[in-house]
Amino acid sequence: MITLEHVSFRYSSGYLALHEIDLSIQGGDFVAIMGENGAGKTTLAKHLNGLLKPSQGRVLVDGEDTRKVSVAHLARKVGLVFQNPDHLLFSETVKDEVAFGLKNFGFSPEVVEKQVGRTLEALGLAEYADKSPFLLSGGERKRVALASILASEPDYLILDEPTIGQDYQQKERLRNFILQLYSQGKAVVMITHDVEFVAESNPKVILLSKGQIVGKGSADSVLSRDEMVNRASLVKPQMSRLFGELTKYGLPRDVVDVHRARILLEDKLGEVKAPVAQNP
Amino acid sequence: MSRAREIIVAKNLGFNYAGAKKPAIQGVNLSISEDEFILLTGPSGCGKTSLCRCLNGLIPNFYQGEWTGELMVDGLDVTTQPTSELSRRVGYVFQNPENQLFALTVEKDIAFGPENLGFSRDEIRERVDVAMKITGTSALKELAPYELSGGQQQRVALAGVLAMKPSVIVLDEPTSFLDPHTAEEVMRAADDLRRELGLTIVVVEHRLDLVARYAERIVVMDGGKIVADGNLGQVLDEQFDMLEGLGVGVPRVSLLWSMLRRDGLVSGKVPTHVEDAASALSGMMSD
Ligand SMILES: Nc1ncnc2c1ncn2[C@@H]1O[C@H](COP(=O)(O)OP(=O)(O)OP(=O)(O)O)[C@@H](O)[C@H]1O
Ligand SMILES: Nc1ncnc2c1ncn2[C@@H]1O[C@H](COP(=O)(O)OP(=O)(O)O)[C@@H](O)[C@H]1O
Ligand SMILES: [Mg+2]
Ligand SMILES: [Mg+2]
Repeated sequence: MITLEHVSFRYSSGYLALHEIDLSIQGGDFVAIMGENGAGKTTLAKHLNGLLKPSQGRVLVDGEDTRKVSVAHLARKVGLVFQNPDHLLFSETVKDEVAFGLKNFGFSPEVVEKQVGRTLEALGLAEYADKSPFLLSGGERKRVALASILASEPDYLILDEPTIGQDYQQKERLRNFILQLYSQGKAVVMITHDVEFVAESNPKVILLSKGQIVGKGSADSVLSRDEMVNRASLVKPQMSRLFGELTKYGLPRDVVDVHRARILLEDKLGEVKAPVAQNP
Repeated sequence: MSRAREIIVAKNLGFNYAGAKKPAIQGVNLSISEDEFILLTGPSGCGKTSLCRCLNGLIPNFYQGEWTGELMVDGLDVTTQPTSELSRRVGYVFQNPENQLFALTVEKDIAFGPENLGFSRDEIRERVDVAMKITGTSALKELAPYELSGGQQQRVALAGVLAMKPSVIVLDEPTSFLDPHTAEEVMRAADDLRRELGLTIVVVEHRLDLVARYAERIVVMDGGKIVADGNLGQVLDEQFDMLEGLGVGVPRVSLLWSMLRRDGLVSGKVPTHVEDAASALSGMMSD
């Protein structure tokens, strides 16, 4: 479990980026952190793996205070994929990049090879194995950065804007990968501005605004409430905007996912259609 | 009505990065008029960024490789013009904003372009102020780029481009770093510039819903080629399955409609906007 107790953080410039955050994340959790540009999401993410230490309060990773253990020690448990993929990439080939962490953690060459192959496959990167990460497109680089952290299967995965540069199919892959991880008991925390991705993935949502947690709940409850969405500078998912217009026909308001929308409308339109068909 | 001037004309354009197995773009024919708002989309790695790099001369001036075909931008042949000429006409907000910021403060960064063009102090002041206002970065002006969040960097990069007053603005996946509300504002600001100053806007984006309100035209690429080009609503309606198959992030209302249409529950054109879908469905349910 990762626990944040009354965490506040001030950058050396004096800027207070986090204010009294209380939060806990455990195996099997799938959490999305959302909020406006500058809300403090990346700052929060860097606290989860000890890259930043709280100015006040404390962060415990499996009971260990992040101020008392090294980042290298925490890296085995907590994998953080940066918002900007270029912060992570430095190897000559994609394969080496993804193998780097695994080798560092002392896995045997057989395990390294197996994990690298598996991860590249899962993220649709197999064809780039021998290419330089720097010659890839932005979306491809982002996936290499993801792969290099995912390969060592940390217990806690922190993904800062994982859908950047990804087309819809890549997002589907990513969603399946995440699903597989948390159903295996890993914790996945993703920071994202992609409301439609959240609407279709159904994580627990935490809204951060101006360094404070201002809302928590399921994706459909949080993303269909105007006051919450506005406060965190989000925009409601399309399904929620659509169903907001359809409540007078007895349809629920809190629909954010297109597949649920389809089922509800199939029932509703089926009802409407049946009498019409009988009444030429 | 007189037809607007063509500002970008590509004829059979292709580029193969040195050492790459296949060309990043090939056989691209494209003609874009002044004051168009274009959405450029397609699967990850299909060549969108490479095409944009051609527009401001980064390709072929800074990237090694094999160039084929012709490209004219604002009347200039990209292969023979110095990049300094092109970069004042084509403002490019990179996919990764951090690579674009290098001055000590936000304000200096935004002023950098106009200073290089040799404008008067007053003119520079004015341009920087306007650009900061449009992008909501005034409050950040004393900060260093590394002190900014990802989205704040993206806005500053855009401000720097606006201060150059280019005739074409290329935004390469701008919304991936922006919060949804700001993304909406940036798109609206781009559209205002288009209407007021006649700028041409090219936005690369995977999520069509974010741009659909502004972009009348969509250009879809796959494997380095253009596979669809036309009115956004029409392409969505007529080539929906192709777009979905490519992994284009079609608006969720369009997807919903196409699924219901397949079920035989609705008929007619695939809607692009929530309001269109809402009124069509309301109409059916209140019968
Ligand atoms: N190194 C730094 N020094 C001083 N202030 C900083 C630093 N890094 C970030 N900040 C400030 O802290 C605040 C939170 O930044 P953070 O990067 O956590 O935001 P974010 O929620 O991740 O935003 P985005 O969605 O734009 O990525 C911002 O106001 C930013 O300007
Ligand atoms: N500098 C480069 N050198 C070699 N190949 C590159 C370079 N940049 C991109 N590519 C390759 O060119 C293709 C198109 O990339 P890009 O234009 O960035 O795609 P998109 O922007 O559509 O995601 C990809 O296969 C990518 O790996
Ligand atoms: Mg961030
Ligand atoms: Mg790109």
